[in-house]
Amino acid sequence: MYYLKGEGTAVRKLIQFVFIRTLPVLFAFLFLGIAFGLLLQRAGYNAVWALCISTFVYAGSMQFVLIPFLGTEASIFTVIFMTLSINCRHIFYGLSFIEKFKSMGKAYPYMIFSLTDETYSLLCSTKVPEDLDEKKVFFGIALFTHIYWISGSVTGALLGELITFDTTGIEFAMTALFVVIFIEQWLSARNHVPATAGLLCGVVSLVIFGPGSFILPALIAVVVIILASKNTILAKEGAL
Amino acid sequence: MTGIAYDAGIVLTVVVCTFLTRLFPFALFGRKQQPHPLVAYIGKTLPPAVMAVLVVYCLKTVQFTALPAFAPQFIGIAIVAALHLWKRNFLLSIGVGTVCYMALVQVVFR
Repeated sequence: MYYLKGEGTAVRKLIQFVFIRTLPVLFAFLFLGIAFGLLLQRAGYNAVWALCISTFVYAGSMQFVLIPFLGTEASIFTVIFMTLSINCRHIFYGLSFIEKFKSMGKAYPYMIFSLTDETYSLLCSTKVPEDLDEKKVFFGIALFTHIYWISGSVTGALLGELITFDTTGIEFAMTALFVVIFIEQWLSARNHVPATAGLLCGVVSLVIFGPGSFILPALIAVVVIILASKNTILAKEGAL
Repeated sequence: MTGIAYDAGIVLTVVVCTFLTRLFPFALFGRKQQPHPLVAYIGKTLPPAVMAVLVVYCLKTVQFTALPAFAPQFIGIAIVAALHLWKRNFLLSIGVGTVCYMALVQVVFR
């Protein structure tokens, strides 16, 4: 929070700007966070788990995928491979902000840690007014969205213990999230071979290995196909 | 190891791996240096493929034996996709899609 310190009115202006800019993400994160917390609670993990996971993992898609692994003593190798492949899209988010984040001093590690899909798109699209410090705005956006996500998750887990209405079907929030990210990636990709290969590998692997253990073979097959067809894809499309 | 300790281990593994993927470009690439072409290639092509696998992952328990065992999922996805292609609004697509799905499984196909 030290980063947001300053003269009273300036801070108020900063917070106001950041809050308005992050409003769409507030609603999205509260909704998804509550869905995550509810599912986690339903799996037998209370609000403390929701608080810790959302504070320290802070990766929406991965957190949903994590839930079924809890309590199963899943192999750590599987967890590592899944996390790296699901989060590999983050590798490229950082590239646009290397210089900016490095100039942010003590907030630098936090800015790297908190670079989620939504934070990335906010940072990319935010035009900072001249009378505000861009670094403070960036830090504020990262911190606020993180807090929204944590609040949603904890609320969901607490609601799960009190709730009286039927939450059957809330797990579809995860499917919807992945479908939306998939569509965004499909629209921004010039070549649809990887996406199609992913669908095929998923379905084929599901048929062969069954629902319990299909995801790891599917992800490995996807990586192999992408590496093997590198020259074809690059030759067809030129620079990606 | 007991269940809770193992679960904490899984969460910690996810924490470390998630941070490592975010740290990767900052640790490896300097100011004007371009990433290795292979890294650039994987970074562009792998994410949509993984997301496609994850969509299949969400549908892994779907059975084609009876209508209620697959219709809600596919109708839900159609709603999400249509809304998203129309408005490109994350909250609208996910929120309306989820509520429709809940209505489908709780009321329509019960």
